[in-house]
Order: sequence, then C-alpha cells, then structure tokens
Amino acid sequence: MSWLPVACLLTPLLTAVAVFGSPRNRKLRGLLSIGGAVVLLLLAIWQLMRVSSAGALVVQPGGWKAPFGITLVADNLAAMLVLATAAIAVAITSFALHDIDEFRAEAGFDGFVHVVLTGVVGAFLTGDVFNLYVWFEVMLIGSFALMTLGAGKRQLDGAVKYIALNLVSTVLMLTAIGLLHGLAGTLNLADLHQVMAARENDSLALVVGALFLVAFGIKAAIFPVFSWLPASYHTVPITVSALFAALMTKVGIYALLRIGTLVFGMELASAASLMMALAVLTLLMGVAGALAETSLRRLAAWQVMISVGFLLLGVALGTPAGLAAALFYFVHGMLAKAALLLIIGLGERVGMAERLAESGGVAQLKPWLAAAYLFTALSLAGIPPTAGFWAKLAFVEAGLGADAGTAGTVLIVALVVASLLGLLPLMRIWNEAFCKPSPAGFAPAAPGQVPIHTPSASIFALVSLVGVSALIGIWPTLLHSLAEAAAVGISTPAEYVQVVLGIKPEAGS
Amino acid sequence: MATDNVAQASHNPESKSSRTLGALLAWCMAIACAAVFAWGLTLIGTIAAGDALKVSVPWVPAFNVEFAFHIDGLALLFLLLVTGIGTLIGVYTGAYFRGDARLPRLILMLMAFTAAMLGVVLADDVVLLFIFWELTTVTSFLLVGFDREKASARRAALQALWITAAGGLLLLIGLLLLADVTDTRLLSEIIAAGTVDIGNPQAAWALALVLCGAFTKSAQMPFHFWLPGAMSAPTPVSAFLHSATMVKAGIYLLARVQPAFGEHDVWFYTLTCVGAVTAVWASMMALRQQDAKLMLAWTTVMALGILTLFLGSNERIAVLAAMTFLVVHAFYKCAMFLVIGNVDHGTGTRQLDRLGGLFKALPVTGTVALAAGFSMAGFPPFLGFIGKELKYEGALAIAEEPLLIAMAALAANAMMVAVALTLVRGVFFGGQVNSPRQPHEAPMGMWFPPLVLAVGGLVAGIFPEHLLGGLVQAATSGVLAKETEVKLALWHGVNLPLMMSVLTVILGVLLHVNRVRVHGLLDRLVATLPFTLDMGWDRFLHALDRVAAAVVKRIQTGRLGHYLMVTFVTVVVAGGAALATTQTWSAQSQQAALTPVVVTIVLLMMYAALVTAVSESRMLSIGALGLVGAGAALVYFWYGAIDVAITQLLVETLFVVLIAAVLSKLPRLSGDDHTNRRTRIWHGALAMCTGAVIGLATWLVATRSTDHAVARFYESASLPEAYGANVVNVILVDFRALDTLGEVAVVVTAALAVVAVLSRFNQKRDVENAGEGA
Repeated sequence: MSWLPVACLLTPLLTAVAVFGSPRNRKLRGLLSIGGAVVLLLLAIWQLMRVSSAGALVVQPGGWKAPFGITLVADNLAAMLVLATAAIAVAITSFALHDIDEFRAEAGFDGFVHVVLTGVVGAFLTGDVFNLYVWFEVMLIGSFALMTLGAGKRQLDGAVKYIALNLVSTVLMLTAIGLLHGLAGTLNLADLHQVMAARENDSLALVVGALFLVAFGIKAAIFPVFSWLPASYHTVPITVSALFAALMTKVGIYALLRIGTLVFGMELASAASLMMALAVLTLLMGVAGALAETSLRRLAAWQVMISVGFLLLGVALGTPAGLAAALFYFVHGMLAKAALLLIIGLGERVGMAERLAESGGVAQLKPWLAAAYLFTALSLAGIPPTAGFWAKLAFVEAGLGADAGTAGTVLIVALVVASLLGLLPLMRIWNEAFCKPSPAGFAPAAPGQVPIHTPSASIFALVSLVGVSALIGIWPTLLHSLAEAAAVGISTPAEYVQVVLGIKPEAGS
Repeated sequence: MATDNVAQASHNPESKSSRTLGALLAWCMAIACAAVFAWGLTLIGTIAAGDALKVSVPWVPAFNVEFAFHIDGLALLFLLLVTGIGTLIGVYTGAYFRGDARLPRLILMLMAFTAAMLGVVLADDVVLLFIFWELTTVTSFLLVGFDREKASARRAALQALWITAAGGLLLLIGLLLLADVTDTRLLSEIIAAGTVDIGNPQAAWALALVLCGAFTKSAQMPFHFWLPGAMSAPTPVSAFLHSATMVKAGIYLLARVQPAFGEHDVWFYTLTCVGAVTAVWASMMALRQQDAKLMLAWTTVMALGILTLFLGSNERIAVLAAMTFLVVHAFYKCAMFLVIGNVDHGTGTRQLDRLGGLFKALPVTGTVALAAGFSMAGFPPFLGFIGKELKYEGALAIAEEPLLIAMAALAANAMMVAVALTLVRGVFFGGQVNSPRQPHEAPMGMWFPPLVLAVGGLVAGIFPEHLLGGLVQAATSGVLAKETEVKLALWHGVNLPLMMSVLTVILGVLLHVNRVRVHGLLDRLVATLPFTLDMGWDRFLHALDRVAAAVVKRIQTGRLGHYLMVTFVTVVVAGGAALATTQTWSAQSQQAALTPVVVTIVLLMMYAALVTAVSESRMLSIGALGLVGAGAALVYFWYGAIDVAITQLLVETLFVVLIAAVLSKLPRLSGDDHTNRRTRIWHGALAMCTGAVIGLATWLVATRSTDHAVARFYESASLPEAYGANVVNVILVDFRALDTLGEVAVVVTAALAVVAVLSRFNQKRDVENAGEGA
C-alpha cells in the first residue's frame, strides 16, 4: 500500500498535465479537473483508512533509503490533511465549472488549480525539509498563476503584494534550510530530529528556528507579517479566494507544526509564551480587521486570519489536548472558510455587492443560501450545533486542563474575547447582506420573472462543504479521534523517526 | 412604534400553497406541544413521589458528552409551562398570521425554539444543556429578527444574540469548571453532591461565570436592556419568549444550581441585590411606556428580577414563592401579550394614548384582559393573589434581609398594580379614542388561547392545591434537592402578608390615579441619566469599530513598501534576538577561513550593492546588481564548485539582460519621486541589519564542524550504485529526483502563466487600439 502517498501526489500533477494537454474546451477541462479531484479524494480516503489501521506509510522514491533519498511520509496528520485538501478540491473544482470565465478556462485555470493542489499535497506528505521547500514553490507558482490570470489592474495590485511578500518568505525559508543543512548535515526530517535532539541548548538552532518561524509566519499570515492576506484575497475570482482561504495559510501552519515539533522541539517549547503572544495578536488583529471592514470579500480574508489565530492558540498551548483542538479546528476551518467564500460568490449574483452597505435582500431571493450562511457563520463563531462548537469546546477543555497552567487561562480569555467580537462582523453580514431589503441599484427578480438560476454544480459544491461540516457537528467523534491521533503523532516524534529511519531513536531524545 | 405587518400578505403565486402549509404546520406545533404536555401531566404523580426520570444515550465519547436527560419536579414544571403555552401559541400564531406567506418559516422557527427550550430544562449533561441553551439563543435571534426588513428588528436581534451568546460562552466555561470541581458532568449528580466549597478558586469562578450566563439570559441588571428591544418580534413570539421560554432559561438555571451554591452568602447577596434592583427599576420603566407592548416587556424584566430575588434564598417558602410566581407570571404574561396582539390587530395601534373604551368592540379580549390584569395585580381569587401572598410570606421568612426584600417586592408589586390598571382600564374602559382602524374583535383562534389562560388563572386561583399543589411541591423539592412539604391555599388568614397586599393595592391605585405626574417624574429621572445601557450598546459598537479602524489603518496601510519593511524588521528582531542568546562567537573550525582573494571579491560585491542602492539610474543599478551576482559566482568558483558557479553566472547574465530590456522601456527615475532622504537612510539601515543578521548566522553555521554523513554517502554511492560520475547530477536526477520533478513543474507552470498573462494583455491592447481607432 505504500504507493498510496505517491498516487496522492501524482494525481493532481497528472491532472494538471492532462488539463494543459487537452483541447481548449471549457467544459472538458472542468470535467477533467473534477475527475482528478474525485480520484484524489478516493485515494485520500483509502490512505487515511490505511494509516489509521496500520500506521504511517513511508515511501522512499528511487529506493534510496532515508536519510539519503527523499522520503514521503503519510502519518496520521498528513493523511488527515490530504483528505481535507481533497474534499476541498472536489468542492472547489465543481464550483469553478460555472464561476470561471471562458478566457481563464482556456488559459488553463483548472490546470493551475491542480498545480496548487500538487504543492499542497506534496507539502503535507514530504518528510524532507528541502523537498518541503520545493512543494511550497510549486504551490506558490500555481497560486501566482491563478492570481494574475486574466487580471485587471486591481487584481494585479493585490497579486504584486502577494507575490512580493511570499517571495521574501520563500527566500527566508531557503536561507533557513541552508543554515539548517550546514548545522546538521542532513535534510531528512526524521534524521534532523535525531541530530538536533542530540544538541541540546544549541543557540544556533534557535537562530535558524527564528528564521523558519518568520518564513512560515508569512505563509501562515501570523501577526505582524500577515499583510499580504487581506491585501490580495479579495481581488481574485471567488473560486480562487475559496481555494486560498481553505489551503494556503494552513500549509504554513502545518509546516510550522511539523518542522517545529520534529526539528526544533526544544526551541519551540522554550518559545511557548512567544507563540502564545503571536497567537493572541494574530487573533486580535484579525478581529479588528473584520470589525473595521466594510467590504465583504475582505471581511472573509480577515476571517481567515482569525482562524489562523485560533489554530496558533492550540499550537502555543502545546499540550496534547491543545494540539488536538488545533487540528480539529484546522479541518473545520478549511471547510468553513471555503464554504463562506462560496456563499459570498453565489450571493454576489443575487444582491451582495462589494460593499456591505450596498448589499441586501439575499435571504428574500435565496432562502437556502441564507440558511447555508447562517450555519457557516455560527460554525465560525463556534455556536452549537456546528462543527465550530466542538472545536471551541475542545479549546476550552484544553485550556482548563491541569497541564495547561497560565497559558490555558490566556487561551480561554483570548478565545472568549475573539469569539464574541468576531461574532459581530459575521452577524453584520447576516443583517446587512441577507436580511436588509435590497437597496436601490440592485433589482431583484420581480414576481413572475424567472428567478436567478444557480447551477447545480455550484450548489453541489456548497452543499457538500456545508454538509460535511454539519455531519461533523452532529457526530464529531470521528474527526476528533483523527485529530487526537495526529496530535499524539506530532507530540511524540520518536514514532515518526522510527517508521522513517527504521531504527529506534536514541534514548533521551 | 410600528405595528406588526400582519396584513401584508404577499401576492406571489407560491403564497397560496405556503398559506395552507403554514396553517398545517401551526396545527402540527399545537398538537405536538399538546401531546408532550399531556405526557407531562401523567408524570406528575410519579415525580411528586420523588422518582426522577432519567434517560442517557452516549453521544460524543471524545468530549465526554451524553444525551442525558433528567426530569425532576423543576424540569417537569418547566416542561409543562413550555408545552402548555406552546400549544396555545401554536393555535394563536396560525390565526394571527393567517394568509401570510411567512407563516411556515415562523412556525418552523418556533418549533425549533420550543424543542431547544425543552432541551434546556431536560438536559442532565452540562454540555448538552449548553448546546440547547445556545440553540434557544440562535432561534430567538431569528425570531426577534423575524421582521427582517425593519432595521429596529435587526438591531434588536443582534443585541439579543450578542448579549446572550456572550453570557452563554461564559456559562459554558463555568459549567465545565463546576463539572471539574464536582468531578461529574451530570447536573443531577452535581446537585446531589450538595454545597460546593467556593474557597476553591475554580469553584468561585464557576459560580461567577454561571451567574453571568443566567443573568444575561434572564435580563438582569446590567444586562437587562436587550429584552425590551426584543419585543420587536411578532406578538405571539413575544408572548412565548416572555412567558415560558428564553428568559426563563436563566431562571431555570439559577433554580437548578441552587443546591450547589445556595448556602453561600455571595449567592444570596448577589441574587437578592441584582434581583431587587432589576425588579424595581424595571417596574419604574414599565410605568413610563407609551407602547403597550413595550410596557409589558418591561414588566417581564420586573418579574425576572423578582424570581431572581427569591431564588437567592434557600428558604423553603421563598423557593415556593418563586415557583408559584413562575406559574402565575406565565399565565398572565402570555394572556396579556396576546391581548395586546388582539388590540393591535383590531385597532392598528398599541399606543396607549390612542386606545380606550375598547371593551364594547372587543368583549372577549376585554374579558381576558380583565382576568389577566387582576391576576397581574394580585387580586383574589385569581392565581396572582396567591403568588403575591407567597412572595410577601417568603420575603418575611428570609432571615438575612427580610425588610429589604419585602420593601423591594412591595414597591415592584405596587407598580405592577398600576401597570395592570393602565393596561386594562386605559385600553378597554373610559372614553373611546380614535384608533387607526375601526376596532373589531379578533377571530376565535386569537381569543381562544388567551381565554384559556385567563380562565386557568381564575380556576387555579380558586382550587390551587388540587390543580397546582403537587406540581409546585415537586418543583420546590427539585430546586432544594430534598423532599419538601408545601401547601397552596387562597386564604392564608389575616396576617402581615395580607396587610401588605392591601397596602400594595392602595399604592398601586394611587400611582395609577397620579399617572401623569408619575410619568413626568420618571421622565425627568431618565433625562438626568448620562446614558441608558441601550444607548451604551450603540456606543460600544461604535467605539469598537473606531478602535478597530484606527488599528487597521495604521497596520494595514495598503503600501507594499510598508509591508516589506515590517517583514524585514521582523526578520531582524527575531534573528537578532536569537543571535543575542548565542554564547560561542569564536569559530570552531578553520575550514571557512577567508583568503585575500575572497575578501577582495566580497568588498567588490559590497561596493556594487551600494551602487545598486544609491544610483539614480536604473541601468547602473541593474548592472551593479549583476556584478553582485557575478561576484558570488566567483566565490563559488574559488571554492571549487564549478557547476554552481557556471549556473549562477548564466542566471545572472540572463537576469541582467532581461531586466535591462524591460527597464529601457520605462521613463528615467527622477530624484524626488523616489523616497526622501531620511526614509532612504532608514531603509539602508534596515537592509544592513537584515544582511548582518543573515550574514552572522551564516558565518556561525559555516564555522561549525558538522558531520556530513549524507554528503559522504552521495560521494561514495554515486558511481557504484547510481552509475554516475558527476555527483551533483546524480543528486539532481536520482538521489533527490523528486525535488527536480517539483522544480520542473515550477518552471513549466511559470511559463504557462506568463503566456496566459501576456495573451491577456495582447488581447486588451488589441481591444484598446480598436477603441482608439474608432
């Protein structure tokens, strides 16, 4: 079964190749893209089932044993996140079918989406720090393409900020990898764990760790290096926004978690209070941005930042319960963010304007869209009976845990403040865009006129995201047990090292 | 005040089917509620005997949450109230919204709301309780904002949601703490464990947070202000929300956790003071209202204050007073709201100065109003009289502050008498006033439900022990978590409570007679307040927005230069701070020793970098930048990395040529459109700091002796195992072929993207050219 990670990685890549190689037919390309995503989903489900029952899958491409070759590792965390990515991919590609204009489709939009997916899946699966960089680059170049494709001036302005800041991050990451290699002489993550654990109190490791933190911090949009996020997400087609919101920042967080726990375990533990401070600042900045925002799409971008803050809270707490809460939130956040943006995308056809003040009347025209929004907003705010509630409950319980200490109290206070203040902008959207009568300028369908038709593929995309989210809300046990297993996996790196290198780690590490 | 838009049935073609659907759903709700009510009635005997009903099904073992339900006397009392009133509300709503296309939506929300409320009072698991608690918050948010076209309704809904959700979140934390302290997640076990020691900080926090949850939900000072606004919901919804559900959830919670905290002075004084202040202030506010519905809404706040006040004590008679008053209030409050709904329906207004002498036009509704008003004012032989007598008896029985409590109750009750008189006498008797519509009686579906309540209030007042005795006794036992004997009777003999009742009526009548002057006094009092909490809410939102906007404006400036600066400052601070912890500054090995040649190259590169930064000419800058890259290639070359040096040189040359080709198309840089001198110095300093941090780190790492086992493996295995003499090539295409695959993907994607973007620009230019030509 160890071919599964390879298959997961190659599926989006080959799909991209197929799209670029296919005739310039919008429908054909769209269907190819959906097909690729569905295959990825099936493979990801299979992989996760395998990993849950029989332990991590390790592939050594080319037959070069770790640490000499590049290792692909599908452990609980990676397999769970690949599955979440695949689910998002199915929804996004279905939505793209009717959202993307002819020009973009002909220029290979669907192919670029799969390039991004390749990068994301690769980043989740790789067990090698330089290879991680490569997948980051793949993801980045795909996202550059999506941002600039068919761009108007405004979109290019957002794209330039996105590209510039992400390039800085990439260069920093490469520098940090170079330094790490100089320090440890290896690139394999499991091997790095062995080498670095043997060097306690190495202050140079701290320096390299700090550079990684900034590099991944930019990717993850952590305060104070988050600015590219609200500057760019709103300028692209909604499909792209949804894809980015669901995946991009999350890959940054994932890298932070993976490299942090495997390579800089000691340093991460000593920087716990710094991480907590960053988490709180990120959270508050996201909330402030959402409160001050008057434009719908930008508001959604700030919501992405809020979720980054929540994730970091759990990571900073560092206890197994805190990590499990963060990982539960991770998956929930991906689904909810994508759903939020798709709702905005559909809403823009029936009365949502760029500015909230000019929006209105969506609930009147599309009650089901209003229901989907309300559910998603409640989920984001963590109000039952939604997946978000369980995430919040997990955070509170982790914060109250005996091993949490003062950090637990900080977590709970931050959670309460951010949840409550974050509820206001979400409900402002509800009041302004959904409930308020449509202001002049947008004419709703008059009685007798054909109502605005929503394509079934778009409805499918939204319903599948909200549906999965609702299922998690009703029965959170499955996701929670997966998150818990993944959290155990990253808080005990010894097992990871053992399956990758095939040896028992040295005592004391 | 605008009235409910009942008559505005929309005229689209679907509305006929949705009308039938609505009527059907309304009956469904009534029948479902009635069925549960009947089932509840059959339970009275068992539960009064002390046997609680328990069901438990595992749900989310990961979070230790069960579908655990527990019906004791207290829960049963609430169950009967919710479903009993729910039945009548179902019938009434069907009639009130007859022909309105929005009816199905409303009924579905009401049903969800009823179910959630039942969940709250039946849940045994604390998390389950919270889930239902929040469901009532969400559904009531939808109900209050039902008239979504109205800005006031949207505002009230948001306010109600936010305040109760805030309390809810605190409640969740409080309940989890309480569960931690008592080591069980089940309320029945928490209660059974008896008093919780609040010397333990966890328990103290639990108490404070649970109180926050209860006070926000039950509209206690200073969180009371959302409730009057929430009456912008349609009348049947208000009747339901105010009488049996939503706001009573907080009261339920206080009663529920009474055994855990009731012994403590903190509990007693907090509940007593908050309840008393709320009750008195709310009755004063009720007196000065012009809108009959708003007046009723304020009396609900008063009732909630009284209930809180009595739940502060664990004196048997005080708890009995609270439980009885709970029932009394549900009866008259629901009836009164429905009466106002009928008046609104029949006349088109709820403004008291435009209403009067309606008894002739609305005889049934008027009769109901009389009965409900008597009960509200506490006249015998109505149920309200028993409630009031018990209140006074309870107040006097509380050992700690009998006088204070009795005075508060007396004041609030007197004002209630005045309000009842205003509502009944002012609206139904006296001279006829011109109302917007010709007054007419409501249809049967609208007068029957309140009539049931009015008659119920009378009959229950005459036969209290037979009709309510068992239930109230079971509820009181439930609150105190022990068997309690209580008796209900209409006549308690001539005693102090009766005297106080008489005094109450006299005061109430006086207040009513002098209502104009009282009004003036209260208006003047309110005018002296610096601001009301309701205004405070708007200010709070404004302040939040302002602060947020100010913060965002400073940080998210929209300028790329600023973002880059922040990024590099972060690099310098993070890297610098980490470097500062470094103890070993000396080189550990000599392998990276500098030779004069390298030093010369590096100095040259530094000079070239400086030229790049300060040059006014783009071409010179680009050329100098190319020199930096070429220098790097030379260094590689010097250390023997020939492939890398060649690659670097190639890339650098290409880069310079390409950029130069592009830049030649741009206008010359002029000095002033660049940044000013100070900014440039600052940028230069930042750049040097960044360089210093990275350079220092690199130097420290480079002078470390590291075991390069992997590199040695590549060297030794390249030829014998991978059949390639060039190690670098073998690494690229074999050892680390996956990296190369990824990089190839990057290059191809970049090429495809460039083609796509350029073709777009070509297309655009063609279009623009065509446009200019035309």
